[in-house]
Amino acid sequence: MATPAHELPFRDETFRDDFTFKNSPQTVLRAPFPFDKDSYMYAVNMELHKDGRPGTAFEEPIDVDEHYVSEMRDRALVLDEDPLRCQSLPHMTLAGWDTLELLMTCKAASYPEWFSLERDGNRWHWKNRPLGIDETFTFGDETTLPYGPLEYITRQAQGDFCVLDERAGNLWMDAGIVTTQADWSLDFDIGMNFFEWHAPVPLAHERGIFTRALKYLLSVQQANPARRLNWTMTVNPRLDTSPENYHQWGPENTHITPENVADKLYLRIELQSFWRLPRSNALLFPIRCYLLSMRDLTTVPKWATRMHRVLQTLPPEIASYKGLDNFRQIAIDYLAAYDDGKETTPGPFPD
Amino acid sequence: MSSTSRLHGAIDVVVSDVVELNSLIKRFHFKRPDGSPLPAFSGGAHIVIQMQDGDIVRGTPYSLSSSPLDTSDYQVSIRRDDQGRGGSLYMHREVKPGMHMNITHPSNMFPLDKRAPRHLMLAGGIGITPFMAQTAQLAQMPGAHAELHYGVRSRELGVYLEELANRLGPRLHVYADEANERIDYDRLLSSQPAGTHVYVCGPSPMIDLVLKKAAEHGWPDKHVHYEHFAKASSGEPFNVELRASGKTIEVGAEQSMLEAIEAAGVDAPYLCRGGACGQCETRVLSVDGELLHEDHWLEDEEKASGEKIMPCVSRCRGTLTLDR
Repeated sequence: MATPAHELPFRDETFRDDFTFKNSPQTVLRAPFPFDKDSYMYAVNMELHKDGRPGTAFEEPIDVDEHYVSEMRDRALVLDEDPLRCQSLPHMTLAGWDTLELLMTCKAASYPEWFSLERDGNRWHWKNRPLGIDETFTFGDETTLPYGPLEYITRQAQGDFCVLDERAGNLWMDAGIVTTQADWSLDFDIGMNFFEWHAPVPLAHERGIFTRALKYLLSVQQANPARRLNWTMTVNPRLDTSPENYHQWGPENTHITPENVADKLYLRIELQSFWRLPRSNALLFPIRCYLLSMRDLTTVPKWATRMHRVLQTLPPEIASYKGLDNFRQIAIDYLAAYDDGKETTPGPFPD
Repeated sequence: MSSTSRLHGAIDVVVSDVVELNSLIKRFHFKRPDGSPLPAFSGGAHIVIQMQDGDIVRGTPYSLSSSPLDTSDYQVSIRRDDQGRGGSLYMHREVKPGMHMNITHPSNMFPLDKRAPRHLMLAGGIGITPFMAQTAQLAQMPGAHAELHYGVRSRELGVYLEELANRLGPRLHVYADEANERIDYDRLLSSQPAGTHVYVCGPSPMIDLVLKKAAEHGWPDKHVHYEHFAKASSGEPFNVELRASGKTIEVGAEQSMLEAIEAAGVDAPYLCRGGACGQCETRVLSVDGELLHEDHWLEDEEKASGEKIMPCVSRCRGTLTLDR
């Protein structure tokens, strides 16, 4: 079994420029590998987000790992350059407070050695030891925090967060913080409904995926969060692959060679979860990004084999939509050496 | 058939107070046994209260009428329905302070649109309850404007008039049937500034009338909100085969089909238990007799097709087989 995340020291690393990001072997093993079989197609792959399997990223409802401190530093850099990465329409402030409460209470319960929350009525005292934060504030009073409630707490939480208002049987992307995204823009999507922001996805509309997914999401209730996994691939361990910065990372898509593929190409996994917020009735949609290099994958034989087969059989429309065309074959050729042709065991977890 | 099945995700609570508001309505207060706060909720939310009524385990939805800003307890206000299936009678007759009960987490199918500059609220009788929570929540939102029109049989049977007057001042309007006072829907619905949202909760004929009038006056659907809890009605007992579970059950005269399914130990999805949310929609594999649809979820064509049913409120005259 993998070492519990909270027993690893926080790494000091970068997700840009010199790209010093690296996974410890223990962190590779606890990753939420997204393929439960040897092929991939869009599906409404939702399940309840509870009863977390020990030693995996699902163990705690809000996962904190060795990359936490460095990821938060990268988020601050993105926000300095582009404040529109965090937006909240005026009616979403209450949902921001709901989000703050959810993240603080989850983290304090899961990782008491790192986080603590004391509440005396609306007077709250929050300590975040890894980031050196000690804050006393009034719940519901924005003037007592250095940022709005959503930005305040998500500057202290790994992954992107979308806050979806529920109206007229649809979900509306009316607030969020998005700095670790797979090529989409909150500034572009703000105010859109569920079908509008998913409009560019190929094949899934025709399969009725989004109609069914929306129905499922609208039924998510308090104390019963749900989750699903999504994935793509990224060149270099870059968190901020945004349309706004495409000029910086887009050209790197042609830089993969057989010589550098093992360490330069990453499987980018999104652990998406869905939480009904109590006071606002909004839906919180965290999208947590995990990066595994091709070399990381080869340390788990089942995962390397499966990645090889998924890439081989992936429908071309999906490969193009995910931006894999420039390096897909190079990755297949590299992983072929790790595919012995034998049947893999069911489910996503390592053998 | 005895059952100790619990609501999923149930919260254990103690009845901390029962207050008789008038000859028909009692208010019930629930606290956690250890006194810690209950989960936060939004105005318009309901909980499902589980009741062990003799051999029958009921789960009945009630709107929370207390303030979302105070979760030291939950309050529901229940009108005794002498003609009903028994949920309200059980609450009125059997539930006393000190009793332990199970409730669900709150869920909201009648939420406020928080973008609206104006909220026009129309309440009939016990339909006032969600507005109690909503007006408390709005009172804390800067700039929100709420106006409530509340129809009652008589002023004695109205509840929370004083509290509402304090909260809303001149924006509270009460209409008593016995004084021949009526809400003038045409006037109200034709005189609102653009951007107003209208909310209605009350007896079915009132909701239907408001929806019709709003459509006539050109209101966009997205600005018209209603809470339409159907009541599971009593009726003749009938048999149901649960094909997927390999069980055959009898639905008692005073029991809903959903309650009978749960009593048989079959886990079925639900949310509102009032025929409005769509969660319990179930495929009918065959029917020998007639489906008695009582819900507000299925379209008329779906009801006519006989292929789907909402077991929380609907029944059957005859026997049927469900994909459950």
